[in-house]
Amino acid sequence: MSTPTITTETRPDSSASGDALTQRRSRPGEVAFRLAMQACLLIAFGVLAALLTWVLVKGWNRLDSRLWTEMPTGLASRLDGAGVQSALVGTLWIISLVALICLPIGILSAIYLEEYADNTRWYNRLLELNIQNLAGVPSIIFGILGLGIIARALGLGFTVITAAIVLSLLVLPVVIIATREAIRAVPQSIRHASYALGATKWQTVSRQVLPSAVPGIATGSILALSRAIGEAAPLIVLGAVTFITFNPDGLDSGYTALPIQIYTFITRSQSEYTELAAGAIVLLLAIVLAMNSIAIFVRNRFEKRW
Amino acid sequence: MSTSTSNAGSAAGSALRRGRRRPVDSTVKVLLVAAALVSVATTIGIVIALAQPTVGFFQQVSIVEFVTGTSWTPTFAQKAYGVLPLVAATLTVTGVALTIAVPLGLGSAIYLSEYANPRTRKVLKPIIELLAGVPTVVYGFVALFALNPLLQRWWPTDNGPAFQNLLIAGIAMGIMIVPTIASISEDSMAAVPRSLREGAYALASTKMQVSTRVVVPAAMSGIVAAVVLGISRAVGETMIVTIAGGLTSDRIVLNPLEGAATMTAFIANISSGDIPVGSLDYDSVFAVGALLFLITFALNAVSIRMVRRFREVYE
Repeated sequence: MSTPTITTETRPDSSASGDALTQRRSRPGEVAFRLAMQACLLIAFGVLAALLTWVLVKGWNRLDSRLWTEMPTGLASRLDGAGVQSALVGTLWIISLVALICLPIGILSAIYLEEYADNTRWYNRLLELNIQNLAGVPSIIFGILGLGIIARALGLGFTVITAAIVLSLLVLPVVIIATREAIRAVPQSIRHASYALGATKWQTVSRQVLPSAVPGIATGSILALSRAIGEAAPLIVLGAVTFITFNPDGLDSGYTALPIQIYTFITRSQSEYTELAAGAIVLLLAIVLAMNSIAIFVRNRFEKRW
Repeated sequence: MSTSTSNAGSAAGSALRRGRRRPVDSTVKVLLVAAALVSVATTIGIVIALAQPTVGFFQQVSIVEFVTGTSWTPTFAQKAYGVLPLVAATLTVTGVALTIAVPLGLGSAIYLSEYANPRTRKVLKPIIELLAGVPTVVYGFVALFALNPLLQRWWPTDNGPAFQNLLIAGIAMGIMIVPTIASISEDSMAAVPRSLREGAYALASTKMQVSTRVVVPAAMSGIVAAVVLGISRAVGETMIVTIAGGLTSDRIVLNPLEGAATMTAFIANISSGDIPVGSLDYDSVFAVGALLFLITFALNAVSIRMVRRFREVYE
């Protein structure tokens, strides 16, 4: 390769030297170990690929325009003309709000932690630990936070805005951690050059550091949003498990969302519901995997190597 | 390490700004601090949301009954509040999941880091990251409708797995966790310096010896962090166990072929119904939630410490 990227450079190129050593006398144990390791990879991802293909086949009959033009129904007899429109629209509502709430807060927090906070202070360290811990708190606990504080104590009820706030808080650590890594990757020399030209701290951050970190921030943000789209557990606690046959029309509207709708279908025993669930899963997977692909592409294609 | 570099940045910045404070800069800082405080408020909110009803719960149910009782039946006429059945089901599912995910994840990581050629790795790593994003409701669906019928058909004896059971939930969860464990372990193996491997090769080690005796031990704290993170995800995972794990909680179920409610499945199940606010059932959701929060908090603390250690050693 004429332009080695950082990943290939820092990764030890053990495969080349190792091959040379093992080629002359390949011992049976060596070969078996290599095959075993390869088998792990093939089994794990082969099974997953098989399962996802199975979902596609199962939902094939339902993959048509009914999925997004028709509403869900709780009546098995009307299932033929049913879809998941209200869930799709609900998911779009929620995810737009999550983007509006979560991204600014997450990015600003990361700027504070990377550029302004003095890491020797105990409160900044605590802030950092707190975010790392929040990243590992089970999503259903965020549902409990939403139920106890946002829906009941703040009186926002079981509405679109409650769901959006809960999911925003849930994926906030993802945005913060990704943004911090992107900001950290911008070399100090850029900042020093900016200061040397008389720029203030904020001018340096907003005109030099942030623009350079945009690909990393974009990747983290998209991954966070795609995680929020797929989350069902917090919304279950927030009482979203019903058949909603209308699209949300405002922040205080009732709602359903794709993963919740899928769960509702799964809890019904009739096989028609299973097919519809599979169709809705394909739709959900298409959205989530497309977002993740874009995120990974943006990172691999646009991230600056310094 | 990162802390030292950003320290240098803020030190240099404050030295330059000293003397003339600009209004824009100080306003911005207030805004940034406010944003950073949202995550603190989140944690405080979680603690308050859990603590208040939990205290109410323990005013009516003794802690001893909660911790040692072997029957959890808040929805029955004969109510019992022993959390052990929920904990046992959680541990069983987690155990099954780890039995699958740790070998497969670690093996995949070793293959990717030590054996795969750079081009294969470059293709596979993003795919693994992509698969880590599959929503958990999808795993619940395939566990119930694809994996379990297969398991029932192939089961050699008559008393096979139930319609919902802990084994199938654990298997699905294991498949779910593999990408996480593989990805983090691979990162820590890639961080092992090349010189360690070359030293071992110079001493006539084979590739397998280098992998198992040099790379894996050197990357151990990262691997442990990955496994602990996997445990934490398994304990907190909700949708798979709610869909495919079963509902029994009136006794401790140790046979993974039976269904039983985990802590998360109980919370999800009871809150999909209508529960009157302030009732003991309502409060029991929060008591179980508090226990879950404490368990994952401890696991996260271990994981954070481990990750920090492997970062400090080689980066």
